Amino acid sequence: MASEAHGAESGGLEFHPMDQFIIKPLFGGDTINWYTPTNVTLWMALAVVAVIALMVVGTRRRAVVPSRSQSIGELAYGFVYKMVEDVAGKDAIKFFPYIMTLFMFIVFANFLGLIPMSFTTTSHFGVTVVLALLVFLTVTVVGFVKNGMGFLGLFWVSSAPLALRPILAIIELISYFVRPVSHSIRLAGNVMAGHAVIKVFAGFAAIAVVSPVSVVAITAMYGLEVLVAFIQAYVFTILTCVYLKDALHPSH
Amino acid sequence: MEGQLAHIGAGLAAIGSGAAAIGVGNVAGNFLAGALRNPSAAAGQTATLFIGIAFAEALGIFSFLVALLLMFAV
Repeated sequence: MASEAHGAESGGLEFHPMDQFIIKPLFGGDTINWYTPTNVTLWMALAVVAVIALMVVGTRRRAVVPSRSQSIGELAYGFVYKMVEDVAGKDAIKFFPYIMTLFMFIVFANFLGLIPMSFTTTSHFGVTVVLALLVFLTVTVVGFVKNGMGFLGLFWVSSAPLALRPILAIIELISYFVRPVSHSIRLAGNVMAGHAVIKVFAGFAAIAVVSPVSVVAITAMYGLEVLVAFIQAYVFTILTCVYLKDALHPSH
Repeated sequence: MEGQLAHIGAGLAAIGSGAAAIGVGNVAGNFLAGALRNPSAAAGQTATLFIGIAFAEALGIFSFLVALLLMFAV
């Protein structure tokens, strides 16, 4: 079935929208062990280097009148700080470094992925699942440490009629454990879908008649992807804040 | 034959993205309707807007995931 489709396509149109997500070792070879440097590790390291360049090197001079890089760093810092304060509350400020790290890493990984021929690390479920599971574990541990067994009040909706509470408890329990799934798949799915759509439009550019339309469509999709890259990083961090608020104040 | 059925299933799963589009449109449209009635309260609610959009959109992404699994994993 698959080989038939390839045979039919090889004449004109070739669509390989998912080929951009293949993980390859950087220095040749086929086997991938946990220590093998691959394109994933390369672009993750580049994201970390970019974050350090902006937040450490860019703000080193601590000028009263900030330079361009310093004002971008201050803007990002203030943006995340206000988000944590508004959504998770004042007592969540001690988790600010963690949330700031998450935001900067995801936003830089998304934007580096938008460079043509680059590799998008956040389009892989393996990367985002680790991020989301860490958030899930942190939030659960914080909830139990802060509130003891009172954290289970999150599942016991005291404002509902008594007869409904066991049913609601089951629903709340399920929704609690689905959190890391939806949290990670939202980010990876959005980023992967956008990049695949761009590649599909790029495949249409092979036909001379529709290629101008295709180029316009790629440009438009790219603009949308720049927006999505930021919004998904924002959504990931703001949901982390929401979960953190649930852990610190579990009563409904 | 089974592979072709999986492709049909992937196409059917794409209906879910349309449903998610309706949901996201509902959230954003209602936010805009409220924001135009009381613009001073709108700025404080953008975080809620994005959380609502994220929850509505997550289920559409799930259907996209089902389509991907049917295309490549079955």
